[in-house]
Amino acid sequence: MKYVDEFRAPELIAKAGEEIRRLADPARHYRIMEVCGGHTHAIYRFGLKDLLPSNVELIHGPGCPVCVLPMGRIDDGLSLTAKPDFIFAAFGDMMRVPGTHGSPLEYKARGMDVRIVYSPSDALKLARLNPDKHVMFFAIGFETTAPSTALTILRAKLEGLHNFSVFCNHVTIIPAIRAILDSPDMRLDGFVGPGHVSTVIGCRPYEWIAKDEGKPVVVSGFEPLDILQSIVMLLRQLRDGVATVENQYKRVVPWDGNRAALRAMAEVFELRSYFEWRGLGFISQSALKIRSVYAEWDAEQRFVVPGVRVTDPKAAQCGEVLKGVLKPSQCKLFGRECTPETPVGALMVSSEGSCAAQYNYQHHRPVSIANAVAL
Amino acid sequence: MCLAIPGKIVELDATSANQAVVDVVGVRRKVDLGLLQDESIQPGDWVLIHVGFAMSKISEADAAEQMRILAILGESEAAMQEVRGYGLEDEKHLNRQQGSGP
Amino acid sequence: MATPGAKIKFREPQIEMAHGAGGKASRRLVEGLFAPLLFGAAPGPLGDAAQVQINGTRIAMTTDSFVVKPLRFPGGSIGELAINGTVNDLAVSGARAEAIVVTYVLEAGLSTVILEAEVRAMAAAADKAGVRIAGGDTKVVEHGKADLMYITTAGVGRFIPNVSISPDSVRSGDKVLLSGPIGDHGVTILLARGELDLEAEIQSDSRSVLPLVEAVVQAVGPAVHWMRDPTRGGVATSLNELARDCGCAVALFEEQIPLRDAVRGACELLGLDPLHIANEGQFLAVVSADQADAALAALRAAPGGGEARIIGEIREQPPACVFVTTTYGGARMVDMLVGDPLPRIC
Repeated sequence: MKYVDEFRAPELIAKAGEEIRRLADPARHYRIMEVCGGHTHAIYRFGLKDLLPSNVELIHGPGCPVCVLPMGRIDDGLSLTAKPDFIFAAFGDMMRVPGTHGSPLEYKARGMDVRIVYSPSDALKLARLNPDKHVMFFAIGFETTAPSTALTILRAKLEGLHNFSVFCNHVTIIPAIRAILDSPDMRLDGFVGPGHVSTVIGCRPYEWIAKDEGKPVVVSGFEPLDILQSIVMLLRQLRDGVATVENQYKRVVPWDGNRAALRAMAEVFELRSYFEWRGLGFISQSALKIRSVYAEWDAEQRFVVPGVRVTDPKAAQCGEVLKGVLKPSQCKLFGRECTPETPVGALMVSSEGSCAAQYNYQHHRPVSIANAVAL
Repeated sequence: MCLAIPGKIVELDATSANQAVVDVVGVRRKVDLGLLQDESIQPGDWVLIHVGFAMSKISEADAAEQMRILAILGESEAAMQEVRGYGLEDEKHLNRQQGSGP
Repeated sequence: MATPGAKIKFREPQIEMAHGAGGKASRRLVEGLFAPLLFGAAPGPLGDAAQVQINGTRIAMTTDSFVVKPLRFPGGSIGELAINGTVNDLAVSGARAEAIVVTYVLEAGLSTVILEAEVRAMAAAADKAGVRIAGGDTKVVEHGKADLMYITTAGVGRFIPNVSISPDSVRSGDKVLLSGPIGDHGVTILLARGELDLEAEIQSDSRSVLPLVEAVVQAVGPAVHWMRDPTRGGVATSLNELARDCGCAVALFEEQIPLRDAVRGACELLGLDPLHIANEGQFLAVVSADQADAALAALRAAPGGGEARIIGEIREQPPACVFVTTTYGGARMVDMLVGDPLPRIC
């Protein structure tokens, strides 16, 4: 696979690992946060932690849109499936996320019309093909995904499709990073920046992290070489005592972002004054809602939903894990009451949530690399 | 939020602006080019695909430069600085610096 | 003997889709509810086929049901799956299928044209696999049930001489062989459902693996310690069952796992792990280290076995765990499937 395989070349990965070991000062302990759930997933999938020296620690950040979605929002969306001739469409990631009365898949098993879609345009297509039904797309995601939802709403308007709406849970990444940095327990040395969010918002939105907080940020791709190279670049900055924003993912991320995507978002969405993030509490100006001029396609404006707030059990320490203060295994419920099959908190539901990732990929930590690789 | 894959544009939709077909090692999918409407996308271009939308055109030059940098990771810092200063075009000089053939 | 008074360990209040997906939930249902009540006090590890003694002769028996949607897909249909699936269950238990009986549960309103096509496909598959269809049953249920057609089979067969398969015989150092590329069937079905709007030249790998099993067994006989066909839940689920049953570790080498380009592309695009995807024409075999190369050579020489590989080995540590290693020294654990594999965008 072009633009994929080259960035998985074993010899180059080994080289990058060596460079990291060379750069890591044995007198320091580096805590680097990778913000994006996609990075969390990639790190586990490719076993990249095995290549890092023990004093370079990767902390998983809050960039998992499924993980930060409050259960009440899922309940609200699912409550609408009781309506006749109603299709609930969502990404596969949402299908096993438990609401108070079950997950979307469980609603489907009970006979509700729940469909998995790969794209919001697939949900719009369902509306086109089913004029007698209403299709509601349960939208999640950061700025990577929001522009696609925006364009889909614009298309719905253009085509005059009124049996389509969006239940919008899009959130923005910068307020989440701010919440992390504001947390008193936090001590981070630098950030691996979310590469795909940055294809939309560019690299400028991270400049305050370097300038005001003095932490380097390297916007990173998702292949093993991308992530390792980004760590190299962060370690170099830390060694040189500088803090800037660098773009490791140049082949895909434009420094100024994607203007057409930003235009589409600005046209269709506005910021909610506040939004609840599961585990992080209420954060102002951190989520998107559909502008009233597009109210026709806003499920929250067309339909009545219960709007009940559901709080997580106190024993679940999702908040601290999300902020990187606790490792998943340090949460009292990890691996016991809370497993991917019986998730108590959202970090265990999504495969890119730090708890699920740790559980699925490293629950039994394989013995030393020497043993593992010996053929 | 982050699963996005590189794919090659193989066909532009004649009937609909902003629609194209993309190929990922033999798997084909319609893709929406609406987010790249400020750019000119042609069959043969590579784009990054996320939820059925093309997010960015992939730069062959930047990818190649990155591979070059990765290949010489571990060389002395000074050599690397110098090499970056000389830019992409100077392939011969790059090889002389490394002291090895292509 | 069945023990109707036995205590059950299955505590879930209702059956969910996950209980049929072949992973952890399925295992909980079988081990927690069916096994204690139906299989008696000490059923032992659950394999693909049962051993029954009749007048001193050991015969193998298996049953399976097929509820695939859509009924027809590139590379096969429900009728072929039914025959090949049954033959394969027996084959990986070390037995040659002799006869199969079939039950059709049909939905009222099902077109005869569709039914005839399936029955023809089943006949052709049985003929190709060299197995007799000895009889069957039919039921019709109301419109809205049975998704057009469900098929159940029961198959009996004779054990192949010189084969003795058991998780107890698996040893550290044994090699794990895989007969060919994985993921073809599951991805075909996912795409055939049409919801994901992907087109690819992928088709189901549905076939009888008996000739390949026989090739391996003929070459190395008792060196084969364990076999399984990685259907629902994929290679990951089958190997996790092995790891659990024998308390060993299974180390897989990522670059050795055969995967067609298009299956790989679809999995990367959709965020699926090929190790969790169903296969209908492959089998796994655990063979003692000194005979592994001979077994592989025999497999590769057999028609349809050309893409077989040694994909891993058995180790002692960590116990009851399956993990994948990469050439650059990274490792990740591979767990049993929780429910069906779902595409993701994150």
